Amino acid sequence: MLNLDINGRRVTVRKGTALLAAIREAGFEVPTLCHHEALEPYGACRLCVVEVREEGRDKTRVVTACNYPAKAGLQVETESEAVVETRREVLDLLLARCPGSPVIRELASSMGLHRSSYPPDQNRDNCILCGLCVRVCEKLGFTAITMAGRGAEREVAAPLKEPPPDCVGCGSCARVCPTGNIPLVDRDAMRRIWDRDFEMVRCTSCGRAYITREYLESRVEASGLPASHFELCDECSRSRTAQTMYRHMVLDDKEASHE
Amino acid sequence: MQAIGNFDELKKYREGLVSARDPKRKVVAVCTGTGCKAYKCDDLASALEAEVVKQGLSDKVEIVPTGCHGFCERGSLLVIYPDDIFYQKVSVDQAAEVVSKTLANGEILEELLYEDPVTGKKIVKESDIPFYKHQQQLLFGPGRRIRPTEIDDYLALGGYEGLAKVLSEMKPDEVVELILKSGLRGRGGGGFPTGVKWRTCRDAPGDTRYVICNADEGDPGAYMDRSLLEGNPHSVIEGMIIGAFAIGSDQGYIYVRNEYPLAVSNVHVALDQAREAGLLGENILGTGFSFDMRVSRGGGAFVCGESTALMASLEGFVGEPRAKYVHTVEHGLYDKPTNLNNVETWANVPLIVNKGVDWYTSIGTGDVSKNPWGGSKGTKIFSLVGKVKNTGLVEVPMGISLRKIIYDIGGGVPDDRAFKAVQTGGPSGGCLPESFLDQPVDFDELSRAGSMMGSGGMIVMDDRTCMVDVARYFVKFLLDESCGKCVPCREGNRRMLEILTRICSGQGVLSDLDLLERLSRSMMRGSLCALGQTAPNPVLSTLRHFRHEYEAHIVDHRCPAAVCRPLITYTINDECNGCTLCKRVCPQKAISGEKKKFHVIDQDKCDQCGVCIQSCKFDAIDVA
Repeated sequence: MLNLDINGRRVTVRKGTALLAAIREAGFEVPTLCHHEALEPYGACRLCVVEVREEGRDKTRVVTACNYPAKAGLQVETESEAVVETRREVLDLLLARCPGSPVIRELASSMGLHRSSYPPDQNRDNCILCGLCVRVCEKLGFTAITMAGRGAEREVAAPLKEPPPDCVGCGSCARVCPTGNIPLVDRDAMRRIWDRDFEMVRCTSCGRAYITREYLESRVEASGLPASHFELCDECSRSRTAQTMYRHMVLDDKEASHE
Repeated sequence: MQAIGNFDELKKYREGLVSARDPKRKVVAVCTGTGCKAYKCDDLASALEAEVVKQGLSDKVEIVPTGCHGFCERGSLLVIYPDDIFYQKVSVDQAAEVVSKTLANGEILEELLYEDPVTGKKIVKESDIPFYKHQQQLLFGPGRRIRPTEIDDYLALGGYEGLAKVLSEMKPDEVVELILKSGLRGRGGGGFPTGVKWRTCRDAPGDTRYVICNADEGDPGAYMDRSLLEGNPHSVIEGMIIGAFAIGSDQGYIYVRNEYPLAVSNVHVALDQAREAGLLGENILGTGFSFDMRVSRGGGAFVCGESTALMASLEGFVGEPRAKYVHTVEHGLYDKPTNLNNVETWANVPLIVNKGVDWYTSIGTGDVSKNPWGGSKGTKIFSLVGKVKNTGLVEVPMGISLRKIIYDIGGGVPDDRAFKAVQTGGPSGGCLPESFLDQPVDFDELSRAGSMMGSGGMIVMDDRTCMVDVARYFVKFLLDESCGKCVPCREGNRRMLEILTRICSGQGVLSDLDLLERLSRSMMRGSLCALGQTAPNPVLSTLRHFRHEYEAHIVDHRCPAAVCRPLITYTINDECNGCTLCKRVCPQKAISGEKKKFHVIDQDKCDQCGVCIQSCKFDAIDVA
């Protein structure tokens, strides 16, 4: 365990905790766009900047809280002048890139920014290149999409910019996208994403089309469990588990007490 | 070659090499660096060799194709030792004459001598030429006398003596201490004390450690590392083996640009030879210490020169940097403690081991005896390019003034133009004006002046250079080379380029300057890696030292250096005698006039390409 000061408040966290988690544990909030708790920190959006002073040092520096390790004796300011200016500039730049994104507009206006200092981009989608879609896809083991290009040309793309052959249509990329920039349409037991159509399988209990066939097969293969294990949608699966547990824990106890 | 089994054998082998050489035999060192290759230096070396054989001088003369000599402006180059006769701009068909006259009869060929552009006098000896006289070629010197592909040449000069000394007399900790005390700082640009890095890496927990040589030199116009690797690869390899011993590593990597084919090939040859000689691989010199290394070729991304991006690329991932809050000396390549140094840094190591701390610290600035950041020691190689008479690679002691480099070594600005600025530190360095010419050149002084040492690029600019345009050029370069991962670097550079382009086309407003400064501050603070953090330097340094040029563009809609095309006008003056040349070459057909009569430029048609002014032989065209 180690102690550090966040905005003057002393907090104790476990060694190895990221500064962002420590800040949130202390009850403060810093904005993020490229962060997801299930994924490794990435440090691309730079919104979570904070000013830190390490123990024994005179100088402070601006760091990103998502990937900065909490250190003993650290003094952290989450709203210092340097932090606010940097964060505001990042939002100014993002607002010029995605003038139409409600998420970006809301974040910007929460910092008093209603118009960007730069000419807004024309004909650009709302991708801010946070990399969440690419990283979640990689984490799930598919790597169907990736970052392509460099500098201003950087973009999220599938190989050869064609419908990605390794995509199983799980839809995780669309779900983690902070600006809702990845179109996913479910209709008539079919899913369309990344310009590909996927047949969907229905839940054997409620009948809802809940998973693409490819994703189901990949889960069966990856887990080594029988296909029947995945025949229920998440909700029905939870409800069945609850019923089973109730039966084991409550009814079995009652039977036992009757004996 | 048989493997050298121990220190004694190494000593005997070296003595054998030295005694087999006839000290009276003339040596002709022909520069065969990449620069001179463009002048067919390989053909020259072969022609010289053939002539020597033909004229029966084989016993008396040896032709040695060496690494780069540095004076690229004057290729092909050769030096005849021991007389120190320097010939420049030697063509292949002059080979016979060089052999028959100079080598056979000691006759000097006047037409091949260097003429001092300042005094107009011809100079015979290399050591009298100002370009060389004011240099101190500690790292570069040996490479100018040896064949890079012959380990025997390096061994004869005392090569691998430093390694033998370290392995026979020193403990790893003592080697680290030695480098720490020498005050050696990273030559790749950061200027971090090498000894501190080594010690942290050595002390990091874990059994496996890696050492890496960063040869991903990417600054436009800079080629110090390439020349070192091409010309004297063994000095870098020896430095790495010593470093590996000090740190406790058994595996190293040389990450070199694939655009450096000669460096790649010479390094491969050198590694094979070092392995065969028992100086690399298992059980080095019979001491039980084992270390080997591999060459990895970079794919051409500038950002891969950044250490974390380089390691990602080495591991086979896309070369993108990660935050260095956890240092690579603790968690680097494959998450193991990794010590990465630049080519030039590694090449300094054997030198320090051989000659000692007292000697090394006598060169340079400051006092590093208590604080490794207290000064800059040793020499630095710069690639001196741009508007300077003697372009090439120069190695100078730390602390030398910019004026000495540019005027004494570089010969000053050509064509009687006025000096305007010198850009140091590569694309993310800064531009310094004339008032800074007496500035001593070291890590800290250059940073204080608003520029940086960087890896050693030095671009001289004359009065025909527009400083706004220069800033725009470098920002464009950095935008193209940004990996695009983090917002401040990717979007910030893009917006910076947009603003600078606006100013260069006369569309700027004064508030753009405040915006540039604000954006710069946030990029420096907020970017993920050093590329983005230093990207505003060209803008900030030109704003600091040449703000009036920005204001001229914005307020007066005028480019003082007459570079920015939308802001300049070409007109024909009274000197025009109607030769019609400009009229004929104008691609826009904007010039009219009869033969032998005054010509006129139609401003509506003119697109300011400048072809007319270049073609006019009578100074009859003005630009403003």
